Amino acid sequence: MEDKKIFIRGNEAVCYGALSAGARCYFGYPITPQSEIPEMMSKAMPEAGGSFVQAESELAAASMLMGAAAAGVRAFTSSSSPGVSLMQECISYMSGSQLPAVIVNMNRGGPGLGDIGSAQGDYYQATRGGGHGDYRTLTLAPSGCQEAHDMMIRAFDLAFKYRNPVLVLGDGVVGTMKEPVRLWTPSQINSHAAASWQVSGAAGREKHVLKSLYLLDGVLAAHNRKLQEKFAAMRAETEAECVETADASLVVVAYGSIGRIAKSAVRLLRSQGLKVGLVRPITLYPFPDKVLQDLAEHGKKFLTIEHNCGQMVDDVRLAIRGYADSDFHGHMPGAVPAMDDFIGPIEEAARRTA
Amino acid sequence: MNATPSLPGLVEGEELIFSPPRSLTPVPTHYCPGCHHGVAHRLVAELLDEMGLQEKTALISSIGCSVFSYNYFEVDALEAPHGRAPAVATGLKRARPDCFVFTYQGDGDLASIGLAEIMHAANRGDKISIVFVNNTVYGMTGGQMAPTTLLGQKTTTTPMGRISEDCGYPMRMAEIISGLDGTVYSARGALNDAKNIRQAKKMIRRAFEAQSTNSGLGFVELLAGCPTNWHMDALSSNKRIGTELIPVFPLGVFKDNGFAESGKGGGK
Amino acid sequence: MSLYSSAIIAGFGGQGIMLIGNLLAYAAMRQGLNVTFMPVYGVEMRGGTSSCTVVFSDEEIGSPIIRHPQGVIVLNQPSLERFQPRVEKDGFIIINSSLAQANQADTGRLRCFAIPANDLAEKLGNARLLNMVALGAYFKALGSLLPLESAENCLEQVSPGQSQSMLSLNAEALRAGYAEAKAL
Repeated sequence: MEDKKIFIRGNEAVCYGALSAGARCYFGYPITPQSEIPEMMSKAMPEAGGSFVQAESELAAASMLMGAAAAGVRAFTSSSSPGVSLMQECISYMSGSQLPAVIVNMNRGGPGLGDIGSAQGDYYQATRGGGHGDYRTLTLAPSGCQEAHDMMIRAFDLAFKYRNPVLVLGDGVVGTMKEPVRLWTPSQINSHAAASWQVSGAAGREKHVLKSLYLLDGVLAAHNRKLQEKFAAMRAETEAECVETADASLVVVAYGSIGRIAKSAVRLLRSQGLKVGLVRPITLYPFPDKVLQDLAEHGKKFLTIEHNCGQMVDDVRLAIRGYADSDFHGHMPGAVPAMDDFIGPIEEAARRTA
Repeated sequence: MNATPSLPGLVEGEELIFSPPRSLTPVPTHYCPGCHHGVAHRLVAELLDEMGLQEKTALISSIGCSVFSYNYFEVDALEAPHGRAPAVATGLKRARPDCFVFTYQGDGDLASIGLAEIMHAANRGDKISIVFVNNTVYGMTGGQMAPTTLLGQKTTTTPMGRISEDCGYPMRMAEIISGLDGTVYSARGALNDAKNIRQAKKMIRRAFEAQSTNSGLGFVELLAGCPTNWHMDALSSNKRIGTELIPVFPLGVFKDNGFAESGKGGGK
Repeated sequence: MSLYSSAIIAGFGGQGIMLIGNLLAYAAMRQGLNVTFMPVYGVEMRGGTSSCTVVFSDEEIGSPIIRHPQGVIVLNQPSLERFQPRVEKDGFIIINSSLAQANQADTGRLRCFAIPANDLAEKLGNARLLNMVALGAYFKALGSLLPLESAENCLEQVSPGQSQSMLSLNAEALRAGYAEAKAL
């Protein structure tokens, strides 16, 4: 078959997507399971006429990202859980200073050093801001390599559209698995008027100051109100994949790599006659609560499956409150689940809710 | 930003024969009486004017008393997290190599929480300039011990005076930074008298030329007074710089790789 | 009936497991199929055990992680012991009989093939070709699902920079494995 697909890891797909999106700066620090990203960028970024820096720490990588973002240049960093924790300082500053940047987290096991396997324990961190203060980061959750590629292109556009950091929350499975990926480049890149705020030398205009400190009475409150309006506007970006939900009596909710593993289980059980469907949130913040609420209004029952001890299930329950509740099945970080691990829990939930 | 900002206080019939640098915004500062940040700002702004850098400058401000420096410099500016200014500057410079990027940092910011960032920016030889104001104390948070606090100096966290057994020794940053191969210029000046101020300006110029000639990282440390947290008047504070600080932090140029001077070739 | 196949390839690190996993995946991709390739990575850079999972299908692939594959290639004895019990009923197993006990094959439950991959590779003049020999045997077991030529045609993409003579030796090893695989 002659198509333009290439066979690459999720980590590589992230790089190709970023380059197609016009990213011209990458700053990062090695950590498993995403070190292919800095490795690939160290070669590809200079070739694209951009800049690569292996930072001295994730603190510094995020700081460099902030500097490049302030310059109005498309820039990104990547890491995995412990490293992303270190980046939270600058992610808060970037949101507070309204700077567009993309941060990729290939989630691994935690807490602490955890392990180097896949996990989803950073859901709270990703969707609640993650650092100090009242802010949110738009969070996209790829479930495979093509999506990882495409989401990078979307992430840069969203970052500039909302002038806010965007998180691409993958995991060890998404980062290390390989799939055929169709590479494409957006026909045009929208700068969303970055020239009107960027720090690039004030020739011929008023100076631009990008900051997050507001000490005068009432100014920080106004700033926060403006940010909250922005976060509310992000709701327009909400997206979820629905699989056979229409006639389902039980809806499984799962995201990322777990979403696709659950999809296999749902399909198998469907073939055996069980009326089960799947909702896979693609944006984790904003969360697709309307989709779930609609299903709950139609009397569906819910089972949330995560590769952690229960985080997204809170958002599911918030979305369907007043209509339904959600069961929860958590696959403990430390081992990667297969489809078989979800069959029993889904069947059991279906029985309980029948 | 093309016209000289209008000055308050000029009345009819008065003629303007001398004006502040265009790179300074004509507003009062929040700095305490006798504080040397104002002097340091003035020197930096004069050089941005003289070297024709104002319109391509990006200031990276830091956390500490000088956090509001973006209100006082008439240039594009970005407020960095505490200590991270050199890394932020690296990112901005890499993104826009044509910009003139400098950080303005105090001793707590640069020598304590931001030690890793300044060391690695210098070691990478990033084409950025660092203005480091050392007044041996945390100012904004209320006079706590800094990495540069002198032995025996009383601060709000060393009430009996800094003792080396508990707190180590004052760090000589200009010397430390000069030891890194990516640094092309490192010097220490002082802002306590006219002679030293003139000398300090020459040092800042060289630190800026390190970048404008695309040579490497330029670093200048400026010994400054903090009468408020030193609990003395401005004159005594100036005097202390000479009698107590300079013996520990000797003035001088610790590294100059001999890159070209501005206007004498060797870069734009 | 849709086309779907899952495989785990396992052995010692250094036996070229990731390479033939990639080759299998590439071959399927070039046939226009959806493919996933999932390596199992350890903290060590060299040595230890190594495995990967390859799934291909003409439909969208859900899970890239398979506990009970339809087929396995085991290149050493520990992998035989570990993965044979996990193969789906009526699935198949390719045993490298140079390094694993072919008489332990679970012929009652599975279609079993033995291939002396190391010995054949040495006969071909390069011991490192054992992985290709084993993959050739795997294609035999796959039957009409995927033709052996699809793998031969992808050798160059999977091992870029290889000399033409090395590529044809690899192809020869694939064919040898296909020809010599013995149903137990």
